[in-house]
Amino acid sequence: MLGAMLGEAWHAMGCNRMRTALTMLGMVIGVGSVVLMMAIGQGAQYAVAQTISTMGSNLYILISGSTNTSGVRTGSGFGPTLNVADAEAIAELDDISNVAPVHQGTQQLVYGAKNWSATVVGTTPAYLDARAWTLTSGYVFGESDVRSATRVALIGRTAAENLFEPNEDPLGKTIRIRQTPFVIIGTLGAKGQNLDGRDQDDTIIIPLTTAQRKVFGVPFAGSVRTVVLQASSAEAMPAVEKSVTALLRQRHRLREDMDNDFYIRNLAAAADSAAETTRVMSLLLGAIASVSLLVGGIGIMNIMLVSVTERTREIGIRMAIGARQKDILTQFLLEAIMISIAGCLIGLVLGISSALLINAITNMVIVISGGSVLVAFTVAAGVGVFFGFYPARKAAALDPIEALRYQ
Amino acid sequence: MPEAVIRVAGLGKSYVTAAGLFPALKGVDLTIRRGEFVAIMGPSGSGKSTFMNLLGCLDTPTMGDYYLVERNVAHMGSDELAILRNRTIGFVFQGFNLLPRMSLEDNVALPLVYSGIEREVRRAKGRQMLARVGLDGYAKSLPARISGGQQQRVAIARALINSPRLILADEPTGNLDSHTGEEIMALFGQLNDEGITIVLVTHEADIAAHAKRQVRFFDGHIVSDIINDSATLARKPASC
Ligand SMILES: Nc1ncnc2c1ncn2[C@@H]1O[C@H](COP(=O)(O)OP(=O)(O)O)[C@@H](O)[C@H]1O
Ligand SMILES: [Mg+2]
Repeated sequence: MLGAMLGEAWHAMGCNRMRTALTMLGMVIGVGSVVLMMAIGQGAQYAVAQTISTMGSNLYILISGSTNTSGVRTGSGFGPTLNVADAEAIAELDDISNVAPVHQGTQQLVYGAKNWSATVVGTTPAYLDARAWTLTSGYVFGESDVRSATRVALIGRTAAENLFEPNEDPLGKTIRIRQTPFVIIGTLGAKGQNLDGRDQDDTIIIPLTTAQRKVFGVPFAGSVRTVVLQASSAEAMPAVEKSVTALLRQRHRLREDMDNDFYIRNLAAAADSAAETTRVMSLLLGAIASVSLLVGGIGIMNIMLVSVTERTREIGIRMAIGARQKDILTQFLLEAIMISIAGCLIGLVLGISSALLINAITNMVIVISGGSVLVAFTVAAGVGVFFGFYPARKAAALDPIEALRYQ
Repeated sequence: MPEAVIRVAGLGKSYVTAAGLFPALKGVDLTIRRGEFVAIMGPSGSGKSTFMNLLGCLDTPTMGDYYLVERNVAHMGSDELAILRNRTIGFVFQGFNLLPRMSLEDNVALPLVYSGIEREVRRAKGRQMLARVGLDGYAKSLPARISGGQQQRVAIARALINSPRLILADEPTGNLDSHTGEEIMALFGQLNDEGITIVLVTHEADIAAHAKRQVRFFDGHIVSDIINDSATLARKPASC
């Protein structure tokens, strides 16, 4: 019986191809835009999640106050308020996995005839652990290298690509930073962009002491602008923030009424808010696209209503030869569902191919998940049933003789 | 005596119009038995179509009772009525009422869709019925491609497809020229000879002459009901 009804619905669709195609168009646009928007939204979420995963987990950054910053008490003299001893003291606190004082800045790297400017990070080995940064070759410098200020360096992928030939192994090569030669002892794994969109691989990591003495020429050796610290777990973060703040205030001899002479910035929170932003954005995109799906559904209802009126006489004839109300209902409902599913399939194809096209043209990250396709498909079928039901019921409720008299 | 296929008692129908209730049928009593061939006659507006629509379960009476094969139709729901229209009654209209975009075989077999028959079986039966009304070879044609007389034959084939006991026809020759009308009447006569009960409306005397019984309507009442002994003589051989 359903097979026969399907045949009837198919026949009716074929009878008025233009109308069927126009009805489908609404569905095509609706489903196409939902799929495309979801692909873009999920792509953005994926890209941010990817970036966050390269950042290292449960991180805080301590930033020292400076003499010029109002509202933050400055330390004695003109140097940064944080120093290596602070970092060592923090490392003794509970729930701390890694603490790394950092001094970084942009410098010119020279290798042979090539030169390239990159971020030079002077730090301790704990920095690589905190950032979960692995090496692709070589080894990390040790604490002794930091103590004796050896001239060794770890090189990031982008910096390496720009200084060396593609077939050249950077390991063991000597580059110069500010006239000082550095031997490359390790190559860093690729991390890509950070949340601010900066290339994290355009980096050279060297021992903190070497950086301060040879590269940056710091007057107050031992003072640092930033300290990266990692809590042992996400749950421990609030407690760590409190204890670190208390410890630093005590070490810096700040009175009750004085402001902190440092900032403490929660990178995990920044990551969360970035993730949340993209999540909301992708929801919004989906919501906007859903509106077009809704409009597509209303289009189906419109055309089906017109179709019921136009085919009143046909309905009368069918009833006169034995169609029951539910047969008529089924026929029109099936017609609406078939139109929306066919429209949905075309929309899926269009949505997916335009997503791929955007990806090919702009390099924007696109994620097409089975879930989003399934959702679009179910919603489309649902829209067909929902918006097809009213016209179908209207058709089924016609009185046979009234329908036959209709001109 | 054969059983009553149709028995109506005090059957009436009033239409709701802007000017109030309009009684088109004012209480008629009539019994039609198996194998009868009845012509309903009367002037235009006398209530013939109203009566036929009630007999065909297309419309519901506002008073009286209608027993179709001794079952009271008044107590039936819309599904049951649909099944009667599908299996027990074959209705032939003045204007043929074929579906214009459907091939003739599909048109003829359309009632079988609602009896749950498979498509191939439907088509085969549709072609068989077309052959029975003299239209073999037209299975794939569209209604617009054939003449009015042929269209009415298709409509009759459709009415016959579920082997109904009763064929109802409201002015089946009204849109046809007299020669074609005669051919259609010959076809009805042939079906009646096969045992199908036939009730048809006409206001032409020479059409009514084919029927074995003539019932005359006037102003919503039956005013005469006579046996037509010459019917068998008047009938021409069914040829196409
Ligand atoms: N749907 C209707 N609404 C109102 N009046 C109707 C309707 N159908 C028929 N009538 C009226 O009922 C009377 C009988 O009509 P009908 O049964 O069609 O007559 P016949 O078929 O004998 O010409 C006519 O006066 C007609 O105007
Ligand atoms: Mg009439």
